[in-house]
Amino acid sequence: MKINRRDTLKGLAAVPILGTYLFSVYEKQQETERNFFDFLKEFEKEHPLIEKKIIPEKSPSGDNKKVIRLGLIGYGIRGSMLAKSAGFVFPDRIEEYKLAAEKDKNDKRYETIMKQEDMNIVFNGICDLYEPYSEKGSIALANKERKTKTEFKGSPVKRFVNYKDLINSPDIDAVIIATPDFWHAPMIIEAAKAGKHVYCEKCLTHTLDEVYEVRKTVKEAGIVFQLGHQNRQSASYIKASQLMENNVLGDVSLIETSTNRNTPGGAWVYDIPPEASEKNVDWKQFLKPGMDLPFSKEHFFRWRCWWDYGTGLSGDMLTHEFDCMNQVMHLGIPEKVTASGGIYYWKDGRNVPDVFNVLMEYPKRSLSLMYSATLGSSRERKRLLMGNDAVMELGGDVVMYVEPGSKRYAKYVDAGKIKPELPFVNWQPGSSQIDAMTSPTQKYFASRGLMYTMQNGKLTDTTFLHIKEWIDCIRYKGVPSCNIDQGFQEAITAHMSEISYKENRVVKWDAEKEKLI
Amino acid sequence: MAIKQSSLRILVILRILIGWHFLHEGVSKILQPGWTCLGYLVDSQGPFSFAFHAIAKNTTMVNVADWMNVVGLTAIGLLLIIGLFERQALIGGVILLAFYFLSHPPLIGMQYAMPSEGNYLFVDKNLIELVMMLLLYTMPTSHVVGLQRLIAPSKFKVR
Repeated sequence: MKINRRDTLKGLAAVPILGTYLFSVYEKQQETERNFFDFLKEFEKEHPLIEKKIIPEKSPSGDNKKVIRLGLIGYGIRGSMLAKSAGFVFPDRIEEYKLAAEKDKNDKRYETIMKQEDMNIVFNGICDLYEPYSEKGSIALANKERKTKTEFKGSPVKRFVNYKDLINSPDIDAVIIATPDFWHAPMIIEAAKAGKHVYCEKCLTHTLDEVYEVRKTVKEAGIVFQLGHQNRQSASYIKASQLMENNVLGDVSLIETSTNRNTPGGAWVYDIPPEASEKNVDWKQFLKPGMDLPFSKEHFFRWRCWWDYGTGLSGDMLTHEFDCMNQVMHLGIPEKVTASGGIYYWKDGRNVPDVFNVLMEYPKRSLSLMYSATLGSSRERKRLLMGNDAVMELGGDVVMYVEPGSKRYAKYVDAGKIKPELPFVNWQPGSSQIDAMTSPTQKYFASRGLMYTMQNGKLTDTTFLHIKEWIDCIRYKGVPSCNIDQGFQEAITAHMSEISYKENRVVKWDAEKEKLI
Repeated sequence: MAIKQSSLRILVILRILIGWHFLHEGVSKILQPGWTCLGYLVDSQGPFSFAFHAIAKNTTMVNVADWMNVVGLTAIGLLLIIGLFERQALIGGVILLAFYFLSHPPLIGMQYAMPSEGNYLFVDKNLIELVMMLLLYTMPTSHVVGLQRLIAPSKFKVR
């Protein structure tokens, strides 16, 4: 075949087009870099994000091989979740996961639980006042090797009838408390006095007076205490906290946060086991000394609906939101709290409100925190931190929008490097750097929470991390992220809200005297 | 086969435009750090959505799909512009477009999270581009304008 000049010309005719394309893309990319990426480089230089370590380095004594011996009080919904997060799952459940994985390769539950780190812990005791839970828990907590029903040959862990016996058992170093709120304080105090370390679910206490007593006892005993706010381990809150240390939002004058639920479970109307009766529920022990209430399955299993046992939305859900904000902004106890609400949707005999709005004032910090909750609608309301330079939307991601009038960011806005209508920072857990979110599609997906949850193919259980932090602190003598001081602030704030609601008044905090006014 | 000079020119332009579009879709994804088709797969609806959702559930499959998209789009785009292995590139392009169309068919009652810039019923731009690629397959032009000409002589007779 002979190639003439005409063939060469026509053969290569499209190559300049390719050249044009590559040049245009390069130009376009340069433009983008001039805008977003240059800005981000500058931003990161101005706001260095230093990873913080809470968990202490391994102690030189090398006692990390020492097995920590635990006891669990309460194997209900949350208690069994905590056990699972610690790596102790009922053998039937493991079998179910394994069979599911054999049927469907994409079912990762078996793989996840089998791969979860062994923290070198054992459970030597369980206490639950409902017999079937106690029995089930005694088997789950013995399943250290994570065996299936057919493989499991171990003997159940010791079942204690009374929590005091469990706490004082010589083969138990530390306890996890997942009981109704009204039992938290007596159990923490009992454990602290016995020198046992404590992981306790929120809310720290049931009443205001108990908060002081619990803090005093825990501090005097010098035990390692962790309150169950696992948000402390969430990558996005840790990142937000680092960003806030650099004052990226300017002056924050308002924080908006909420709880939005619309299911029976979300409103604490849990299933009651049909076989439950006075025969297998230890109702007498369930009640505190001095309480005289007739046996009620509803009250036993759905205790969160009544003030007698729980702390309502204030201790149950507000505490989550408060602790997140306390983690990110180190707010401490508000100077003034006003709460209102009512039982507007779940008129099922409960006496705790299902709609609950709380205003917290921090005059010294020049800001207000507004918490609003409903158990009758689930529309997501973003958690917002509103500053004069920028606004942060905080959830699974950290998303920031610039304020159009911001002086701090004016040079970027004027240069067209950042646009007020688009987020200028979007940090997603799993990425080491903050990253710009440029396309409207991404923005849309982020707002729907659809995207990136599986990007790294891994979802990490924050409760596992929270328990692990506590265990590591016991081993290496550290202070957990949600220690007793953080717990004190959480509980005082919750009780201020509860008292404000119940007494229909503004509740003030005297920080010097550490007393309510 | 005889073809008018003017038609041939338009076919060449069409090939290069589609090539440009594919190339830029591919290159954009390369330039976007952490790009993944996961969100697109999750967003799938219609009679074939089960297949796309199944891919989305499997991390390995998502990685394969990401790779196929990036490499496929870029390579097809390049080949169509320079005019080499045109027919193979067109088949590849038709397969990719068929996936895009089937994962997000513009049927009655379908609403997608992925914002689209137009309004479609049964027919969307993916489908039109797909049919145009089929047309190009039946009337290849690389033998006339493109590197293919330097490898094999033209089969077209131009009127």
